[in-house]
Amino acid sequence: MSVEVAGLSRAKVEGPLKLAVPRGALFEGTLDALDVAGIDTAELRGDSRALIFEGDDITLVTMRPSDVPTYVEAGAADVGITGKDVLLEQADRVVYELLDLGFGRCRMVLAGRVGDERLGESERRLGMMRIATKYPRIAERYFERTGRQVEVIDVKGSVELAPLIGLADGIVDLVATGRTLEENDLEVREEIVVCTARFVANRVAHKLRGAEVDELTLKLKAAVTG
Amino acid sequence: MIHPIPPGTRDVLPDEMRELRRLHLALIEVFESRGYGEVATPAIEYDEVLARGDGRTADSAYRFFDERGDLLALRSDMTVPIARLAATRFASAEPPLRLCYLANAFRAVRPQRGQMREFAQAGVELIGAPAPQGTAEVVEVLEAALDAAGLDRAVIGLGDSDLYRQLLTEFGVEGDARDSILERLAMHDLVGLEAELSAVEGIDEEQCATCVALSQLRGGSEVLEQARGLGGEVVERATSRIQETFEELRARGAADRVQIDLGLLRDLGYYSGAILEVYDPALGHVLGGGGRYDSLMKRFGLDLPAAGFALYLERVHVAQMEEESRKEEGAS
Repeated sequence: MSVEVAGLSRAKVEGPLKLAVPRGALFEGTLDALDVAGIDTAELRGDSRALIFEGDDITLVTMRPSDVPTYVEAGAADVGITGKDVLLEQADRVVYELLDLGFGRCRMVLAGRVGDERLGESERRLGMMRIATKYPRIAERYFERTGRQVEVIDVKGSVELAPLIGLADGIVDLVATGRTLEENDLEVREEIVVCTARFVANRVAHKLRGAEVDELTLKLKAAVTG
Repeated sequence: MIHPIPPGTRDVLPDEMRELRRLHLALIEVFESRGYGEVATPAIEYDEVLARGDGRTADSAYRFFDERGDLLALRSDMTVPIARLAATRFASAEPPLRLCYLANAFRAVRPQRGQMREFAQAGVELIGAPAPQGTAEVVEVLEAALDAAGLDRAVIGLGDSDLYRQLLTEFGVEGDARDSILERLAMHDLVGLEAELSAVEGIDEEQCATCVALSQLRGGSEVLEQARGLGGEVVERATSRIQETFEELRARGAADRVQIDLGLLRDLGYYSGAILEVYDPALGHVLGGGGRYDSLMKRFGLDLPAAGFALYLERVHVAQMEEESRKEEGAS
């Protein structure tokens, strides 16, 4: 009865599923979850500088977390793992968010200098705060939602520097332990959102490789809840 | 000297134009051979007329005033202009009406995303033929069009656009919560969907699980049974509608490349009943879509059921190129 699954067999998708693996802070957690899900990550844990690791059932491709939505949206990778912070900042990328993996837990916060009233002062006397961040869209949306006007200053490097030498009144940044803030004499003023690692899929892969994507989703779900 | 053009627009040079023209002719030939007459409508229309078709009108991003102060808009698809044309020019014609087009439409783009502000669509509109026969005919024409384009691996997703709207009504979800749940479903943000659903008072865990599980059901006719297993009168009605269409397709020998997909939810406001999406394994983007819009014609004063589809011509061309090089690799 070929008719039963005709839609799927028709597509004759080829080759192993491609999974985008984020380097950086989520790397270890991702490899641990993949291990429990039965995907061999030994090669990735080595010193290899390679970017692509081919397996029988799945090909792992390593990249910056912020590139994961780009590759997955275009279908260059079928599925991927990245942080919710990345997905929120690139909210216009069309990827299917299938699973909250729970690890890599961080908070997106508004922070200012300890004991410094510049944030409130600027808002009261200038009607506007200057906020430095690597997440301009998350910051803009947050202040819009809370009815405040800000000048968002997009910086690439250590954002903690900005309020210390007077570029900004405060920062919006991702905080894991809070140590970096503490060391730079900064403190959390408001929590914007909690971010964890997410499993995402390309729209077409989710349709045409449904069985493989669903199987991997279930395995990962079992791996992070088990 | 370099003279810029706006982002999201582009020039077409002879090599590409030749191939696009060939594709264009092949598609129109398929449509014409099945009795769909080609029509053209103006690229600019009265905003009021387009808004009548799609109440949200958010899609027509380009509006301007003419010399008399009337508000005009660039069309964002061809379905609404053809509904207008059919109601105006063919009001007394014997249905069904079969019309086809290849035309440019215009949408707002997000900066730096390579999205097109102006893009070509090829499609058909079948006005006056109800489900399931009308839907099945449209799917057949779509399959013939994909074959003519050489996309023999392409798959058509078949879903039901009323499923979640009615399911949420059954659950008693209204207002903002309803909108944001539908948005999560359309985006397939399952994490957000679960969070939104469990935040609504009166929705229990089982209903939440049903909604999430439904959105993941896709495949052959076995998914209809799985859907029924999740229960509920609304689910039963939607799966029956899909089944009728699928069986009609089977009877016509046209169910081969159709994948039933209960997770489909297109974001255009005028759809009702069956919805379609087209995929090719060579491309990570959707090639086109369509479905039924049985209440659209009524808004233009001609109460007829209707269905249609549109393919993004440029994307079909890209997929065609990928498939060709794949076949060459396979042959060598």
